[in-house]
Amino acid sequence: MKLSLKGRSYSRWQPFWTLTNKEIRRFMRVSSQTLLAPIVSASLYLFVFGATLGERISVLPGFSYAQFVIPGLILMGVINNSFANTSSSLFMSRYLGNIVDLLVTPISPPQFICAYTLAAMVRGLGVGLAVWLISNLFAELPWAHPLAAIAMAALASFLFAQFGLVAAIFANNFDALSMFNNFLILPLIYLGGVFYPISILPEFWGTLSHLNPLFYLIDGFRHAILGVGDLPFAVAFGVAGLQATILFTLAAILIGKGYRLRN
Amino acid sequence: MQPALRIENLWKTYDGPPVVKGISFDITPGEIFGLLGPNGAGKSTTINMVAGVSRIGSGKVEVFGHDTVRDYSRSRRLVGVMHQEIVIDNFFTIDAALKMHAGYFGVKDDPAWRQMLIDRLGLRPHLGKVMIKLSGGLKRRFMIAKALIHKPRLLILDEPTAGVDVELRHSLWDFVREINDEGTTILLTTHYLEEAEQMCGRIAIMNHGEILAMESTYDLLKRCGRQELVLQLQQPLDRLPQELLNLSARLDAKGTVLSLPVPPGEGSGSLLGRICALGLTVEEIETRQPSLEEVFLDLTGLRNGKGSSR
Repeated sequence: MKLSLKGRSYSRWQPFWTLTNKEIRRFMRVSSQTLLAPIVSASLYLFVFGATLGERISVLPGFSYAQFVIPGLILMGVINNSFANTSSSLFMSRYLGNIVDLLVTPISPPQFICAYTLAAMVRGLGVGLAVWLISNLFAELPWAHPLAAIAMAALASFLFAQFGLVAAIFANNFDALSMFNNFLILPLIYLGGVFYPISILPEFWGTLSHLNPLFYLIDGFRHAILGVGDLPFAVAFGVAGLQATILFTLAAILIGKGYRLRN
Repeated sequence: MQPALRIENLWKTYDGPPVVKGISFDITPGEIFGLLGPNGAGKSTTINMVAGVSRIGSGKVEVFGHDTVRDYSRSRRLVGVMHQEIVIDNFFTIDAALKMHAGYFGVKDDPAWRQMLIDRLGLRPHLGKVMIKLSGGLKRRFMIAKALIHKPRLLILDEPTAGVDVELRHSLWDFVREINDEGTTILLTTHYLEEAEQMCGRIAIMNHGEILAMESTYDLLKRCGRQELVLQLQQPLDRLPQELLNLSARLDAKGTVLSLPVPPGEGSGSLLGRICALGLTVEEIETRQPSLEEVFLDLTGLRNGKGSSR
């Protein structure tokens, strides 16, 4: 066939959709690690707290422990997987060097961030949805404010997608990346009120918990589902929104400057 | 005519001394331009700044008039780069990766063009394989297809034939010539100087971040290269006469083959006359044209081991 280099036409949004699609296909290709494993792990939590302890403990008047803990477990799935998607994808691209495939393209920094974020949100919210569906085997949730719950889950996913981008840029090796997960996110999740309401803690620990950024996400999400929470929903949503804005700004500055991406 | 690539006073420093020191040059649309230099000369850094992989230290780069910083969206669409290092995404097959790469550039998939690249680069039997399963040569072929999938007007090939077998190398250069005939400008770096000599209309030789010479391949060879006279002597010589030593002549181990560079401004006939006047009887005469390799070694100082001392 004769070579013809004629016929170039460009679409402004094509790079964004292509990168989003690539990021979704990336995690779908290894779905046993990226989707199945977190769903199985959350199911085990649900079994422990739903089928065994769920009916025997009550930490919130009017609700079973299973009903209390399920919103936290859903959000845990959302947070962990949103973070894991952006952090592992961007870090691996840096590590393997194939980030240059993106650096030479006309993809703008906002398109870059939005594509990575959107794919991470698809994964995070997908896992959250699966955890909720499985949780119906153990307890039914009242869904007091469903739109607020969806908004809070989306905000949590967005926030941790940004955090994943920032972590991937700063991490120098796999150890450093796993430290973000093991020594920062995991403790913050466990101490942020997934398994207990902050209100039952002694005053000092309760006050300290207010410094935990995840407390606002978890409490807000649970508030939207159960109709009760430690904080007014607007406060929880506002603080979480502020955190998301700060991290998004940081990610935008780093990626815009090509920090640790372009030599 | 607007240059395909304009580099103006380009500098780059990492930690330490500058690796690119204020270089400037233009590449004319449609030409094959060679950027040559030893390892660490600053070629890949220059290419990376043009392509957007590295930030520009200072200076200016324009691709077909589009500034690569202020107007990067337009300039990057016009450039295709094949990097020196193998850069692939292990998750995808050749076909999927090519479609995706076109999309990154905002180009709608052109199945005919994609299929043509796949066929011309011999990738057809390997379409269903994920990248990680491809051999080194196949990965390089894929990288060329990837660099061309969005139909760039300027194709940058950074050591495209490194580690590639002879057959593929030949077919690759044929393909590059064809692409060039269609109007694509080529910027090429290679360690195979013979290839550069055959392929490039113009060459810049770079070392220590500076351009040492830049002109047409013909002029470069003529100006900087030294024609050599090789003489088969009838009688072996024990040692070289002083006059020949002064002309940097060399004698082989048997003492029967005499080689000496033709001094600038003197024809080989006149030189031959001087040799015969010394009483030497010449059986056979051969003149060797200067090669780019010799020019390269002389300009970069590598012939005398000076190249890496600065």
